[in-house]
Amino acid sequence: MSARAADVHAGSPESALRLLPVRAARLRDGTVAMGWAELRKLRHDHLDIFTRSVQPLLWLFVFGTALRHNQALAGGSDDYRAYLAPGVMAQAALFVAIFFGLGVIWERDVGQLQRLLATPMPRLGIVLGKAAGAAVRALTQAVVLLCVIAIAGIGIRWSVPRVVGAVVLLLLGTMAFACLSMILASLVRTRERFMGIGQLVVMPLFFASSALYPLAILPVWLRVVAHANPLSYEVHGMRDLLLGISAGGILWLDFTVVASFLVVTAVVAAKTYPRAIL
Amino acid sequence: MTALARAEERAEQVVLVDGLAVRFGDVEAVAGISFDVAAGEAFGLLGPNGAGKTTTIRVLTTLLKPGEGTALVGGHDVVRDGLAVRQSIGYIPQAISIDGALTAYENLEFYGRATGVPRRERRARIEEAVEAMQLESFLDRLGRTLSGGMLRRLEIATALLKHPTVLFLDEPTVGLDPTARRLVWERLELLREEAGTTIFVTTHQMEEAERQCDRIAIMERGTIAALGSPAELRQRFGVPALEDVFTAVTGGRLEEGGSFRDVRASRRRSRRLA
Repeated sequence: MSARAADVHAGSPESALRLLPVRAARLRDGTVAMGWAELRKLRHDHLDIFTRSVQPLLWLFVFGTALRHNQALAGGSDDYRAYLAPGVMAQAALFVAIFFGLGVIWERDVGQLQRLLATPMPRLGIVLGKAAGAAVRALTQAVVLLCVIAIAGIGIRWSVPRVVGAVVLLLLGTMAFACLSMILASLVRTRERFMGIGQLVVMPLFFASSALYPLAILPVWLRVVAHANPLSYEVHGMRDLLLGISAGGILWLDFTVVASFLVVTAVVAAKTYPRAIL
Repeated sequence: MTALARAEERAEQVVLVDGLAVRFGDVEAVAGISFDVAAGEAFGLLGPNGAGKTTTIRVLTTLLKPGEGTALVGGHDVVRDGLAVRQSIGYIPQAISIDGALTAYENLEFYGRATGVPRRERRARIEEAVEAMQLESFLDRLGRTLSGGMLRRLEIATALLKHPTVLFLDEPTVGLDPTARRLVWERLELLREEAGTTIFVTTHQMEEAERQCDRIAIMERGTIAALGSPAELRQRFGVPALEDVFTAVTGGRLEEGGSFRDVRASRRRSRRLA
């Protein structure tokens, strides 16, 4: 009797629970479909990976070599280039991610977006799949950078779990910034304006973080800003893993902050994304 | 299913619109329209630029929420049950929805995934659509290298993979040359005969609507000004061609609407398709 009563009362939450696997499967399929298409596009455009790798290499080898022996900048490492390497990897991925929204505006202009939104794919799946596409681009870039770092003999800790951990953190961060970019794109709407907003967002994110220098050398107000910047946590975690320099942070906190940032931006992007067609 | 049940199902209304209204700020884009479309029918929505055709199609494809009224597609409410609607329709917007950076085959595979065609059936469905739309000769070419007629046929093929009950086409033949246009219609005709797919199309082309549609609704400033079969409409207005009905209904008014962005986009599109 009591079991039956429970059945009756549990009506809507229970059916929601029963639908959960179906919804999860649709989310997975949608994400995979979008991610698959992004991967295919990348396969038709290999040159993209190499052209995008030039800028981070310049940072690492021109900027990094110029300031190579600066002990204050090197934050406890004896080679500034090693200290800079994780920051430059994160920065390269950030640039890919922040301008990813341009694709959304383009798709709106050509008509793909209307079509996508009229398919049964969940909005969150579309957004996550696209973000995964940005992450794949960042991954290829990271692999190129890691190869160059290895060849140049810059001293980072080459252990599989450390490198994999750093790359995972990098990918989570890239997906989150790609979602942020899609949010901006759905609000801004024209390509010209988006380029301006992108610059406005990307440079402060980059400079008010620990990508180029230890936060300890910054003035207090900038340090406060940097602590609110998810990029700082991404870089901090990568540096902790690749160099063993922790600078007073905690690794699990880095992962938690970056992952939470991804959840928030993805959910918001799934809400604002359909507005882009109006 | 018995033959009778099937006949009954065919008689069902697959699109049912009642008192639909959409406002954008002060502009009433759609002002309380009602109509229905029977299963297997080819239904044309005509009207000058800015009459509310695209807005109507966006409501029916769940892209836009109506301010007032209800719309059912395939028996599902577009607001309350948007997912079920999206699962039962195919939609080809006016603009080009093919991804230029993917090959024709990859586009088909992508939309197979996106519309939820089970993996085991995907290949067979793609083959079927390729044959129906005659795409064999350019499957490996990138989307951006295809001609206008090829693009439209490829788009229709991508929309067929899920076997939709209703296929929505927003100006499917705009920018196409007469040969490509004829081929597109020939294929749509075949689709109706063989699969019984309902076709809902918006167009500017009067002769095309007259030849291809069973019934036509002419929209004017957000309302339906005339509704019926082409023959009925000609008779009712006492004119020899549908084009004259159109002029009579819209008053030959020259529409100066359309934003800069719309105009630029549609010109660019025409150039791309030609």
